[in-house]
Amino acid sequence: MSQSHSGTEIVSRSNSLVLPSAEKSIEMHRSLLRVRMTEETLATRYTEQEMRTPTHFGTGQEAVAVGVCSALDAGDMVYTHHRSHNHFIARGGSVYELAAELYGRIDGCSLGRGGSVHLTDRDKGFMVSSAILAETVATAVGTALAYAMDGEAKVAVCFFGEGTLDEGAFYEAINFASIRKLPVVFACENNLYATESPLSVRQAPGSDLCDRLRAFKVTSERVDGNDVAAVYDAAVRAVQQARSGGGPVFLECMTYRWREHVGPMFDHDAKRSYRDKAEFDAWVARDPVRRSATRLIEQGVATAAEVEVWAAETKAEIEATVERARQAPWPAVDTLFENA
Amino acid sequence: MRTLSYAEAISEATVQAMECDPSIFVAGIAVDYPSGIFGTTTEAYKRFGKARVFDTPAMENALTGIAIGAAAVGKRPVIVHPRNDFMFLAFDQLINLAAKWKYMYGGRAGTVPIVVRAVVGRGWGQGATHSQSLQAPLAHFPGLTVLMPTSPHDAKGLMMAALQHDGPVVILEHRSLFGLKGEVPEEPYVVPIGSAEVVRPGTDLTVVATSFMTVEALRAADELAKDDISLEVIDLRSIRPLDEETILASLKKTGRLIVTDTSWEMCGVVSEIAALAAEKGFHDLKAPVRRIALPNCPAPVSQALEDVFYPKASTIAKAALVMLGRTSSSLGEIDLVDDFKGPY
Repeated sequence: MSQSHSGTEIVSRSNSLVLPSAEKSIEMHRSLLRVRMTEETLATRYTEQEMRTPTHFGTGQEAVAVGVCSALDAGDMVYTHHRSHNHFIARGGSVYELAAELYGRIDGCSLGRGGSVHLTDRDKGFMVSSAILAETVATAVGTALAYAMDGEAKVAVCFFGEGTLDEGAFYEAINFASIRKLPVVFACENNLYATESPLSVRQAPGSDLCDRLRAFKVTSERVDGNDVAAVYDAAVRAVQQARSGGGPVFLECMTYRWREHVGPMFDHDAKRSYRDKAEFDAWVARDPVRRSATRLIEQGVATAAEVEVWAAETKAEIEATVERARQAPWPAVDTLFENA
Repeated sequence: MRTLSYAEAISEATVQAMECDPSIFVAGIAVDYPSGIFGTTTEAYKRFGKARVFDTPAMENALTGIAIGAAAVGKRPVIVHPRNDFMFLAFDQLINLAAKWKYMYGGRAGTVPIVVRAVVGRGWGQGATHSQSLQAPLAHFPGLTVLMPTSPHDAKGLMMAALQHDGPVVILEHRSLFGLKGEVPEEPYVVPIGSAEVVRPGTDLTVVATSFMTVEALRAADELAKDDISLEVIDLRSIRPLDEETILASLKKTGRLIVTDTSWEMCGVVSEIAALAAEKGFHDLKAPVRRIALPNCPAPVSQALEDVFYPKASTIAKAALVMLGRTSSSLGEIDLVDDFKGPY
């Protein structure tokens, strides 16, 4: 790979990191667990063919969702893309409603109309996710425009993959945000692949996404996206700048998608060769959930036993919740035209 | 009653709505220029300034998304495309997101009340990519409301209705109508969305027309009246939702139907209404339905070719005569002379 960032040089940056408080660290770790266990439970049950909705699992990328969402206030608004379960859960969305949505049940967050790529929980500050790249970048900018017009000290955030920077509409949106110094944070999850296409077929050698944003006068920072504390640290500063009228911020969070582009399998199990096992293993070794656990224990914030109990409790609770969602009623057929 | 031009009526609707509703803002290329989109946004800019009427970069797709994102948290954005053709760049946001928002999120993400105004060009060499009229592709999608006011009265009333509607509305305004004058009440009022209007009652043949083709149809009706031929002219006004009732009631009365639109036949509005007549008005038909729309080529620039490209009052009148088995010895020079001064 000829790109300037393979992820390894980022790890060293977090050595000088100021860690969040013990309380915040625990809160974020428990959120990471919730996100991870939700996605893993859904992935396991997905193979039963009862969740009939194309699903893009975000396993491996949890620290971006948790780090950014932990830096937000309740009144801020999140938009996201097709790989959005992480953000939904990290923002406080209901596991039950998410699972019910995937099962196509009436208790789904979108009443079974949206599926995995069309989630909403606006009361929790999660406006929507959508399936088309760059769509919600513009809508986040629009929400930020409304906040700015009304003088509200709120921030809009948009999550997207680095594939979104292949879309022209992305640049229209960030340009306007920059011109108007809007309170918006662009949280890019650079997982090195768009579907199965590596950076090398999508970007000229030596491309630097942060540089692209700097050309639009947007403050930009590359972050270790597998270190929740590093993401949180950068997000706190980004949100502070956006909220105080300093204009938008772009965070390029380097991370890695463990599972296939769409569906629950691992690429090597599916005999796909677009990325090799050694690369995959190197990123799994940087598992954001395990790194967070290790740090909690090293810092004396929690014991190994406590961390294990949290994980087990979360897993059991989520498995029961997902099963409960599976048993929720279908939407009544005479509601087909509801909200049409 | 007081008369206003079509452009003045849009302007008045915008200003009156903005006075009542502080959430309305107007954005798009050139909306704060002194020329203000044929004068339709000039007064709003004078009254409310750059805070609520502002120029934007050329970013049709993102602008639509920005409007959606602002609408999602309580704004009522009006965005303006000085030509329909640029709106193709906004189809992702308009069709994939705005049109589906309410349904796809189960009503739980609220609604996105945006108003998209877009101008249809015609004549003076507007050419292939400055003269298109996008009602058919837009009206295809559930979730979008598509309006085409013809009279100054409806331009105001439908604009005010759009600014109270809870979902996305596209208003297509024909450039040839901006100077058209008509009676417009001074007080705010609403023309109901989804209602066509019989603008000229008649008994022999129904012409269902959209936008500027309504003006052409009325000229044809005037001319044929001299030969004692009575055309009923319906101004469709709302493409989606479609007022089936008014069309079918007229067809029941006259038994003959011409449909005329500012775009092409293929999968077009004229075809939709012909299908309506075939499905629900078949037993009232005394003759095959006739569609009058653009010929099957892009709009040419050359004046010689433009003259034959656009259907006109005489096209409608001649088609009506054929359908009625009549001739007219005196079909005069009824076609409008395009007095538009270029370049835009």
